[in-house]
Amino acid sequence: MTSLHIAILSPFALAFLIPLLAKNVRKIHTGWFVLFLPVLLFIYFFRMIKMTADGGTLKAVLEWIPSFGINFTAYVDGLGLLFALLITGIGSLVVLYSIYYLSKEREQLGPFYVYLLMFMGAMLGVVLVDNVIVLYLFWELTSISSFLLIGYWYKREKSRYGATKSMLITIFGGLSMLGGFILLYTITGSFSIREMINQVDLISGHGFFIPALVLVLIGAFTKSAQFPFYIWLPDAMEAPTPVSAYLHSATMVKAGIYIVARFTPVFAFSGEWFWIVSLTGIVTLFWGSFNAVKQTDLKSILAFSTVSQLGMIMSMLGVGAAALHYQNFEYYMVAVIAAVFHLINHATFKGSLFMAVGIIDHETGTRDIRKLGGLMTIMPITFTITLIGAFSMAGLPPFNGFLSKEMFFTSMLRITNFNLYNVDTWGFLFPVLAWIGSVFTFIYCMVLLFKTFGGKYQPEKLEKQAHEAPLGMLISPIVLVSLVVIFFFFPNILSYSIIEPAASSIMPTLLDGDEKFKVHIYMWHGFSPELYMTIGVVALGVLAYLTLSKWRKVYGLFPEKLTLNKLYDSSLSGLEKGSNKITRTYMTGFLRDYLVYVFVFFIVIIGGSLAVTGGFSYDVKGNASIGIYELVLSAVMIAATFTTVFARSRLTAIIGLGVIGYTLALFFVIFRAPDLALTQLIIETISVALFLLCFYHLPKLRFKPKSAKFRVTNALVSVGVGTVVTLLALSANSQRSLESIASYFIENSYKLAGGHNIVNVILVDFRGFDTLFEITVLVIAALGIYGMIRLRLGKGGEEH
Amino acid sequence: MKKVQTNDVILQTVTKIASFIILLFSFHLFFAGHNNPGGGFIGGLMTASSLVLLLLAYDLKTVQNILPVNFIYVAAIGLFISVSTGIGSFLFGAQFLSHAFDYFNLPLLGKTELATAVLFDIGVYLVVVGVTMTIIQTIGERE
Repeated sequence: MTSLHIAILSPFALAFLIPLLAKNVRKIHTGWFVLFLPVLLFIYFFRMIKMTADGGTLKAVLEWIPSFGINFTAYVDGLGLLFALLITGIGSLVVLYSIYYLSKEREQLGPFYVYLLMFMGAMLGVVLVDNVIVLYLFWELTSISSFLLIGYWYKREKSRYGATKSMLITIFGGLSMLGGFILLYTITGSFSIREMINQVDLISGHGFFIPALVLVLIGAFTKSAQFPFYIWLPDAMEAPTPVSAYLHSATMVKAGIYIVARFTPVFAFSGEWFWIVSLTGIVTLFWGSFNAVKQTDLKSILAFSTVSQLGMIMSMLGVGAAALHYQNFEYYMVAVIAAVFHLINHATFKGSLFMAVGIIDHETGTRDIRKLGGLMTIMPITFTITLIGAFSMAGLPPFNGFLSKEMFFTSMLRITNFNLYNVDTWGFLFPVLAWIGSVFTFIYCMVLLFKTFGGKYQPEKLEKQAHEAPLGMLISPIVLVSLVVIFFFFPNILSYSIIEPAASSIMPTLLDGDEKFKVHIYMWHGFSPELYMTIGVVALGVLAYLTLSKWRKVYGLFPEKLTLNKLYDSSLSGLEKGSNKITRTYMTGFLRDYLVYVFVFFIVIIGGSLAVTGGFSYDVKGNASIGIYELVLSAVMIAATFTTVFARSRLTAIIGLGVIGYTLALFFVIFRAPDLALTQLIIETISVALFLLCFYHLPKLRFKPKSAKFRVTNALVSVGVGTVVTLLALSANSQRSLESIASYFIENSYKLAGGHNIVNVILVDFRGFDTLFEITVLVIAALGIYGMIRLRLGKGGEEH
Repeated sequence: MKKVQTNDVILQTVTKIASFIILLFSFHLFFAGHNNPGGGFIGGLMTASSLVLLLLAYDLKTVQNILPVNFIYVAAIGLFISVSTGIGSFLFGAQFLSHAFDYFNLPLLGKTELATAVLFDIGVYLVVVGVTMTIIQTIGERE
């Protein structure tokens, strides 16, 4: 157990202590006890920057199930460290924010911080682990803790709906990802990601390559809310705002991005990866931003904006795969660098925007932009925060979003020159979709900002008297927006320390030895096409925003029935109804139907295997000759059987059964089994007497003696069972392969057990064990009958 | 159901003799079991049938007065005896349910074979008697 393992597991350890603190120390907000941990962890990971910047990695193994190759292998490289810094950094700010956001008196703080810490630990585990099974374990822990956090206000129906939806979708993805990991394991024989990267040639030549790729990507896409799995994210906005800020903008939804980045060295050389990742990303970018414009709830706008921005990062990671195909990789490598850069930028501005929206919600009581307006002068600090966040998201200078958006355009323009996988014919789609998506991004950023803060103040629509938030609530978003501005003016403080090591972990195969990517982010790169594109975005965006009320009707054109949410809801209820229907068709509640299934199954399996294996044989060589007694007794038995089956009254059937039983006893006599004959006689007498007793007590009203109804299925099934059993007995009899062990008993019954009656000696001595349990069965039966009759409960639940 | 007063003198007189004969026959079946057809199971059933005959000729209460026995205990004791014979073999370092037998010169009977398997069979006998009588009495009393 190294300090790294302790760091990853420490949130779980603290989560055990929190309920105690929340219960016993009521005067201090529980959040203060939580806050120190992410700060400490942030400092701990911050000190590793130098190591990864020099190209170093840290690996520590803690054995868990070594016999299966499943070990808790912590591994820190540039990419993992970047995510760890995001998780702990934003985690600290979110905890600080939540202290002021959640009321100590009204909310249950214990569960909140337990779930949050659980999530933090799980997320650290996901990004800092080299073993895919352990990664999967932490991955599902993030899903579960996210489920708990979304459903935090569990008394609201919408929270429960959102939590269930996100659970179903992300667990679906998680399970398919596990399938992908297992396929990768069958190819490489190792659960270690390092090992998989080393065996990339083996993987890409294997038949499981495409299934593994698709399964892993489904996992990544569901978690990162890519098209068409994004639908859970807008509904997850029912969570408390700190949770939305932390999980659903900065960390968890980027776990999918992390997986895509992490498995780039394994899969990215193939055309399938390139097309699936970049196309899904760019479509998600467009669709998310297009839909964000029509939302009226601030958090829904931000949710769709997150979807869109994640699509953007995803498409850049996909496009970056082109770098693998060229010697001059720097030309396409810009996409990967832009992806990493935008990942950081998005975490900063989206975190601050969520916190700002949380403040607005907290101070006005609503998040509906139709009710809000004119808050600019009432909440100046929140306004400034939102302004910086929104402008950065829209890609305007002087904020960091501008830089990454320019790099995004650069990479999208450059990809049109890529001449593999049909990109040269369809590649023009990338810059076009990117540009249209950016226009919509611009529009919703303006909606977010000006519908909330511009216009007229309408106090009559608000639940509370609007006022500025307390300072504690403002600290975290202020820190984040300061970073937004700092990263614009000094982007290169990130370049070599964080972006370059992260990029080299995504594309490790491109570098020889001590070589490093040249990452230098320019604030100004001349009058390039990218700049004209941005100017175009702003021009068209302003125009579209001003005429929004005129073309808003476009959204009404799209039928409500065809949305993915409708599809999800109807498929869920359809699944429920369908499975209910299917179950109802065969679970009829009638015993006779179940018996038909059992017997038909018996006929099909036994008869079928007799037919298929050719197991039937007929051989009478060893059989004894048939005497007159056997013939007569058989005739009697058959007659009695027919009487029983076709009897008109039940009494006849009972007597018929008795005849069969006594004939059987006679068979035992002529086959020389006196003990069996004696027992059979007495048992038959008793059971006939019991049958008569039952017959006597049949209810009088409904009892009409009539013969059994004839049903064709029943006749067929019973004839089938009889035939199969007969065939089976004949085959078994004619295929005796081994000598009977009876001779041993005959020789030894007197010598070893002192008895001449072999049957009795076998029963009590050689195999007394069976007899012991048979008499136990008898006692249980007697107790059962005694219990059923004597200890019956009356209708009122009282004893009789 | 209406109770009809009947005179069962013949049945009751025959029962008085026959039930003892049946009882003796059942003992014979039980003790002969090791060497001839018979044994605990069939012996127990026979004993039970002699008691059933008593039940038929007289009524439940009379039989319970003659034999004030709770037959569930009989079954339980039988099971206990059978299990104990199995466990008893541990005392001699043998495996569960290992039986032994030997010949002894007993007064009156002369040279006789005594086997622990008979002890086991006594258990079986008691269980069968107990179970059969419990079932019949329980169902009979339900009226």
